[in-house]
Amino acid sequence: MEFDWSVIGEAMPALLSGARLTILITLAGLVGGLAVGFVAGLMRAYGNAFLNAIAFAYIELIRGTPIVVQVMFIYFALPVLADIRVNPMTAAVTAIVVNAGAYIAEIVRGSFLSVHRGLKEAGLALGLPLWKVLVYIIGPVAFRRMIPPLGNQFIVSLKDTSLFIVIGVGELTRQGQEIMAANFRAVEIWSAVAILYLLMTGTLTLILRVTEKRMRIL
Amino acid sequence: MSIVEFRNVTKTFGPVVVLREVDLNIDKGEVVVLIGPSGSGKSTLLRCINALEEINGGDLVVDNISVKAGRSQVRLIRQEAGMVFQQFNLFPQMTALENVAFGPRRVRGISRAEAEEQARALLAKVGLAERGHHYPAELSGGQQQRVAIARALAVKPKLMLFDEPTSALDPELRHEVLRVMQALAEEGMTMIVVTHEMAFARQVGTRLIFMEDGKISVDGKPADLLANPENPRLREFLQHVH
Ligand SMILES: Nc1ncnc2c1ncn2[C@@H]1O[C@H](COP(=O)(O)OP(=O)(O)OP(=O)(O)O)[C@@H](O)[C@H]1O
Ligand SMILES: [Mg+2]
Repeated sequence: MEFDWSVIGEAMPALLSGARLTILITLAGLVGGLAVGFVAGLMRAYGNAFLNAIAFAYIELIRGTPIVVQVMFIYFALPVLADIRVNPMTAAVTAIVVNAGAYIAEIVRGSFLSVHRGLKEAGLALGLPLWKVLVYIIGPVAFRRMIPPLGNQFIVSLKDTSLFIVIGVGELTRQGQEIMAANFRAVEIWSAVAILYLLMTGTLTLILRVTEKRMRIL
Repeated sequence: MSIVEFRNVTKTFGPVVVLREVDLNIDKGEVVVLIGPSGSGKSTLLRCINALEEINGGDLVVDNISVKAGRSQVRLIRQEAGMVFQQFNLFPQMTALENVAFGPRRVRGISRAEAEEQARALLAKVGLAERGHHYPAELSGGQQQRVAIARALAVKPKLMLFDEPTSALDPELRHEVLRVMQALAEEGMTMIVVTHEMAFARQVGTRLIFMEDGKISVDGKPADLLANPENPRLREFLQHVH
């Protein structure tokens, strides 16, 4: 078999537009996922029994089901159940928000609780309300510890977007699949797709490395 | 006039009774040294005063506010009762100066510039004028503990609580912390100090309390008690710490 570079050249515009969509879904999903994850993680760590139970149920529900099932549910089942129409893109972003949110919640909870109890007590002993202790004292220390596991989750979420092929979102994997179905050049197309994923995850890793280096881990 | 008043205070952790109906009055200006065997409840007694531990029975009034009066009142108590911990517990992401300026900024709400000016004066007072820009990890234990004392003082408390402030320090670093505490006592600060430093108790303390099994069993003048400990268990305890 001969590796035909021209196939890649021809496929590249479509693959790049797929990669752009992959990045878009990942970014939007992770911004939302971080927000959801922080709220749920802090509810787990510091909430009363009620808030804790809600966050716990959410996290277990999401961690206990595959992301493909989650996105199928959002795309196909929600419209039936609640009579809301979702387009594939919204479903994809929502799936990342909800899915990454659950894992990020555990990261947030773990890193806040890993901060030495004495710091919280020292903050409270000054007469601060708990929220200020969390924002000004525990948060900055916990945040540094979150960076490595968050980076991991970002990479997992980025790759998870490939599963949205099942609802027809034109992200990178879907684009590869469609081109392949037309020209049957599996080796060239999947090599190109793999390399584009590697470039994206590699960039992410690089950014995280730099961030980590800049912040002293406390 | 008493600034701390334990009225029949009981504290339990699950089935374990740690404070047993403690009655205790501490007046302004007293320097109370609290001693006793490990597990006798010294730290717990101290931590009940600023409501880091919640009492289960009786009442505890600090500067005319009950620790049971609710969250905002508890915050007022904590502003009046500064605390110094065995493990220093400095905020690691902040410099020494920022640690000291933190309380006034975030608790009292004063401007950064003003807070840092006060912080500089306090650091000078504990002998660390030159160390303001250092992070806790760059300071010795004795220096860290002195920053911690300055941090507590910055909120302008009326009362200072010390829980074994020198126990985590090498012997040669202890005296620099004890000296700062002595200076504070000489200024008239009300202090409650859990410590094994009997020389400090004798020279600086105005009152010595010996705790056993969640109760105060001896309470008197340090000079008298140390010279002539009538209580046999206190006598035995003193033989071990000397
Ligand atoms: N958070 C807690 N949960 C359960 N038990 C606790 C807790 N804190 C303290 N205790 C128990 O309460 C008792 C008194 O503890 P406390 O720390 O007040 O003693 P202490 O006199 O300060 O001892 P030490 O000299 O070792 O510091 C001990 O039996 C201890 O095990
Ligand atoms: Mg103790």
